[in-house]
Amino acid sequence: MTSPLGKDLLALEPLTPEQIGLILDTAEPFKEISERAIKKVPTLRGSTIVNLFFEPSTRTRVSFEFAEKRLSADTVNVAASGSSVSKGETLVDTARNLEAMRIDMVVMRHGASGAAQFLAQRIESNVINAGDGTHEHPTQGLLDLLTLRDHFGDLRGLRVCIVGDVLHSRVARSNIWGLQKMGADVAVCGPRSLLPNAIAEFGITVFDRVEAAMEWAQALNVLRLQLERMTAGYIPSLREYNRVFGVTRERLERADHDILILHPGPMNRGVEIDSDVADGPHSVILNQVTNGVAIRMAVLYLLAGGRPELAETAKSTPGGER
Amino acid sequence: MTRPLVLRGGRIIDPSQNLDVAGDVVVIDGKIVHAGPRGGVPDGAEIVDCTDAIVSPGFIDVHCHLREPGREDVETIATGARAAAAGGFTAVCAMPNTDPVTDNQAAVGFVVRQGQKANSARVYPIGAISVRQEGHALAEVGEMVGAGAVAISDDGRPVASAQLMRTALEYARTFTIPVVDHCEEPTLAVGGAMNEGIVSARLGLRGVPTEAEEIMVIRDILLGRRTGGHIHIAHVSAKGSVELIRWGKDRGIAVTAEVCPHHLSLTENAVEGYDTNAKMNPPLRTAEDVAVLGEAVRDGTIDVIATDHAPHHYDEKEREFADAPNGIVGFETALAVVVTSLVGPRIVDFATLVERMSVAPARIFHLPGGSLARGRPADITVFDPAREWVVDPAQFLSKGRNTPYAGRKLRGRAICTVVGGRIVYHIAAQEH
Repeated sequence: MTSPLGKDLLALEPLTPEQIGLILDTAEPFKEISERAIKKVPTLRGSTIVNLFFEPSTRTRVSFEFAEKRLSADTVNVAASGSSVSKGETLVDTARNLEAMRIDMVVMRHGASGAAQFLAQRIESNVINAGDGTHEHPTQGLLDLLTLRDHFGDLRGLRVCIVGDVLHSRVARSNIWGLQKMGADVAVCGPRSLLPNAIAEFGITVFDRVEAAMEWAQALNVLRLQLERMTAGYIPSLREYNRVFGVTRERLERADHDILILHPGPMNRGVEIDSDVADGPHSVILNQVTNGVAIRMAVLYLLAGGRPELAETAKSTPGGER
Repeated sequence: MTRPLVLRGGRIIDPSQNLDVAGDVVVIDGKIVHAGPRGGVPDGAEIVDCTDAIVSPGFIDVHCHLREPGREDVETIATGARAAAAGGFTAVCAMPNTDPVTDNQAAVGFVVRQGQKANSARVYPIGAISVRQEGHALAEVGEMVGAGAVAISDDGRPVASAQLMRTALEYARTFTIPVVDHCEEPTLAVGGAMNEGIVSARLGLRGVPTEAEEIMVIRDILLGRRTGGHIHIAHVSAKGSVELIRWGKDRGIAVTAEVCPHHLSLTENAVEGYDTNAKMNPPLRTAEDVAVLGEAVRDGTIDVIATDHAPHHYDEKEREFADAPNGIVGFETALAVVVTSLVGPRIVDFATLVERMSVAPARIFHLPGGSLARGRPADITVFDPAREWVVDPAQFLSKGRNTPYAGRKLRGRAICTVVGGRIVYHIAAQEH
């Protein structure tokens, strides 16, 4: 059965607004399952899913694993440490081995941009991109969209600014495409050394000063600043980064309106975001984490061929709708 | 002694003597004895019907990688020479980034001997600029030239040190050879996998800005001005480089330049889908660069079309984009890509194509060939300018299959390649 998303979820850039809307809508009934005492429905019973993580990840891997288990899938976690180059087996061999084991889905995190597409072109199983290099992290983009929609009701016309290391961020790319497709106004803000040189061609607003971004934005999505960016010379120091680009309470209070704060985690408190902002009244950072499980359940369900209108009943019907 | 040869009834195009005429080319004892309207047929001559074909001085590729010694699994001098002949090349210049590096007279002599044994397209070695291409100590250039090297280059390992480049340009003057530079400023290009621009930003691939090339192009031109040495800029990919080369030529600086067929026909968009057969260094750029490069071939700012033939094993390319090696094979598609992309749209005519693929390479690298004048070596390419064919890498004579043109319908194909008066390739022999 062909899913309305196609075989794989590799990126948000190629999706239509209807497909994105479908995933968000499908996630709504799945939110409730996680609130139950017994957080399990039989929807994916008999499905085998491999979580293949070539980069260390706790949050994303655990979120996928909960989503899979709450849908009753059989899951295996493979943590392939080290880079693809240092590892003995090639990705194409990994793909062939997975295929030979007749698994139904692969969730993959990989350090190389395009790795998820590479895998998807070589195996029949559904592939979900859990982050590929500096390309995309589509389920993170989707859970950010869901969190914004929960709060604002509608994404159309919503002014969202992504703050930080856009150059190296797969979260940024998925957010930019997802927000644009859903009709939001998108901006980015960060040191120019951490923005793609061609950023203007994305058709988004660029703020050089975070204060100006705050004047404009209704929501900030604050990216994690990888500590190695300093050693690589993109910025002079973390201290200066915080002083110039940090999302601090003082700065937020200077804006004349409330600003919703998102962060994909893990946070560097005191670098890109101050603790009293992260823990403050306008932070929805933990809502993002909760929504992450629902979004991943929705994606798994849709790729498995589940019909969107039955997501509601899938919660309760034994055997679900496959 | 080989039989006399008559290439009969073709359109003879030889820009070295401003010739564009229907007629015959007659070869005796490996030399041209006649090229023009209907010549006589020597006794016992082999006759090749060249009706509807263009007969031109043999194509010379001044930039290729034959992988021997070191990676004979990927290409050998013999397979490379035969693939070159199948593409219409009568001579190729092999880059020194072999294993071990071709950085001394013994290594140069090895390439010469393997080339002679191949007995197909001629193979001329290019020696390294620096010992082991490490960018520090100048290699023994004089001895390499004595052993047969026709140029020096650290291609594949760009010369970072301006002082080394200066010394190489000065030292090479004694031997009247070009210094060939792969222009890439290493700190700007580090880790780059494709052109820096909107496509790299979207795909999340690290980009190489055109400035990485342009900075080294102008560095080399200025060092050429200082030293009087002959700098040859390899595989120009960027519009800005063309402007800088034009600037140098306008001032009488001894700078020449080459461009590859892929940079004349493909853009960074070919990387979409992370196609590793669109990964090369320098990377594919934008449509504007492609247009400017084509114009530069037309007006002569770029002197030479060269392939940068770079075979790789298929499973080296079958991997994550950032980890895949750079380069594509080029011998067997070069002519057709140039005919299809430049002659078809009337950017250049066939005389210019022959000039850039035969006459200019011979002149700039001081090689025999590049002319059908009486008494010259009979290195001749016969090609069908209108023949359409679909690229099928499985049919390549090269061991390499890594091409972005697989499945493409192209126009123009070599049908007969003559080296020293001997037919080393005839398409009819391949087709049955």
